[in-house]
Amino acid sequence: MYSRGYKAAVAIPPLAWVMAFLLIPYALLLCYSFWMVNEGQIVRHWNLANYRELVHQPLYVAVLFRSMRIAAMVTALTLILGYPLAYYLSIIGHPRKDLLYQLVIIPLWVSYLVRAYAWKTILGTAGVLNTLLQYLHVTSQPMGFLLYSPFAVVVTLTHIYTPFAFLPIYASLEHIPRNLIEASHDLGASRFKTFWRVVFPLSLPGVFAGGTFAFVLSLGDFLAPLLVGGPSGIMISNIVQNQFGVADNRPLGAAISLCMLVLIVGILSATERLEKRWGRV
Amino acid sequence: MRSNLQRGGGWLTVHAVLLYAFLYLPIAVLILYSFNSEGVGGFPPHDLTLSWYRTLGGDDAIWSSVLNSLLVALASVSLALGFGMPAALALDRATFPGKTLFRRLVLLPLILPGIITGLSLLMLFATAGMKLSLMTIMLGHGTALISVATTEIFAGLQTFDRRQEEASLDLGANYWQTFWRITLPNLRLPMIGAALLIFTLSMDEIAVSFFLIGRDNTLPLEIWSRLRRGITPEINAISTIIFVFSLIMILLWYRLRLRMESKEIARELISAV
Repeated sequence: MYSRGYKAAVAIPPLAWVMAFLLIPYALLLCYSFWMVNEGQIVRHWNLANYRELVHQPLYVAVLFRSMRIAAMVTALTLILGYPLAYYLSIIGHPRKDLLYQLVIIPLWVSYLVRAYAWKTILGTAGVLNTLLQYLHVTSQPMGFLLYSPFAVVVTLTHIYTPFAFLPIYASLEHIPRNLIEASHDLGASRFKTFWRVVFPLSLPGVFAGGTFAFVLSLGDFLAPLLVGGPSGIMISNIVQNQFGVADNRPLGAAISLCMLVLIVGILSATERLEKRWGRV
Repeated sequence: MRSNLQRGGGWLTVHAVLLYAFLYLPIAVLILYSFNSEGVGGFPPHDLTLSWYRTLGGDDAIWSSVLNSLLVALASVSLALGFGMPAALALDRATFPGKTLFRRLVLLPLILPGIITGLSLLMLFATAGMKLSLMTIMLGHGTALISVATTEIFAGLQTFDRRQEEASLDLGANYWQTFWRITLPNLRLPMIGAALLIFTLSMDEIAVSFFLIGRDNTLPLEIWSRLRRGITPEINAISTIIFVFSLIMILLWYRLRLRMESKEIARELISAV
């Protein structure tokens, strides 16, 4: 029913935007990654030196692995925290479930930066937690490992991404036909067996979606590590950001961010495939 | 069956209480210490005061950054809706070569860490010789947030009855009139929802802005530059004000939606009679 003109009119402006502000910038990122820098000037001399440095310099590989470890821990924690709450609200049901659902979302309205900063004021040696513990005579000295450590990064990122993991899980639990659960009970399955054989498999698309969000976003985070991570909590994006700042080596930064982009797109298509496989039960 | 399901809810209740505590602890600390005379941290807080709010009132740099952020947010909403709306219509209705790639690219910034969107755009602006300014941040936010507008409006289109448009076209209206009189009014709710979401996300955005900033700071970047110099409860104060403001926005949105939904229900009831 829609004419060619109509289709062209709705398709062309967004296509042009995507071309100009997504496709071309990614292509430029790719070009830059094969260039080099000489005395602060970009030299358009095509070579593989940046990628070679990435592989040979142990620092980059180590930081990449640390970032993936931190992201994996954050993902596991957000799922462990988010799933039971989603199950509680959706499957068991709570009289105030809409309100409780909103209460998970409201923290998202507090600036990301401000929440990371709040954790800094909580975890510091003169921070709220340490002074509280000393006030209560639980500890006599401030615990230094709380702030400027990978621990602090994991706590902060878990706090930020738990709602992101919760939302898709909750949505997928809400979509489960309730008569399937009833049927499982009527046929004599225990509560655990019903969960394991009926509810959990049907909620997997939500788990994959939430887990992907948490993993990918925390993998690329650079502000939380800067605020609460300290030297031992540096992540891969900090190295990228450094190449665009102090180190002033944009081509190398472009090469690292391109590797991140490829890694992330790989993860996205893998989880999409998993979602499709588990989504139809 | 209900009793069977609800047994064992005890552990889950405990878990829920602890999780809410975890989610709200930083916010509570943030608000509480905005009234603390002796800086951030240190338990118990004492000598509660409003002096940080007074300092904030006279802080011109913060308020000009708030103004910048509002400008950027308004521009982002217009850009994201202006391009996200046709993008959603195109995904819903048109077939063209590369549509799958187009869908993936439009939605990619939604899930991509901001640093990649920010850097790739920085490469673009550097290559094009564009000076970094609030303008480049607007383009960055627009690019990152078109995905939000597209998903919200696309979802709205899925429940939209195309026969209304068909009727309008059959009765002699052209596409343009049909769009303004039928399509747009029907998508009012997802559009308002998307606009509010984009506005808030833009106000809070820092990863993309971080790389595209010129001379003028947005609020998150102004806060960021102060955090590096040392922390004062003034930051808690401005954050508290913005939190309260956001809460009011959420409440307004719910009331609006409730009213609209009840109106729509009423209309359906009338047509059913």
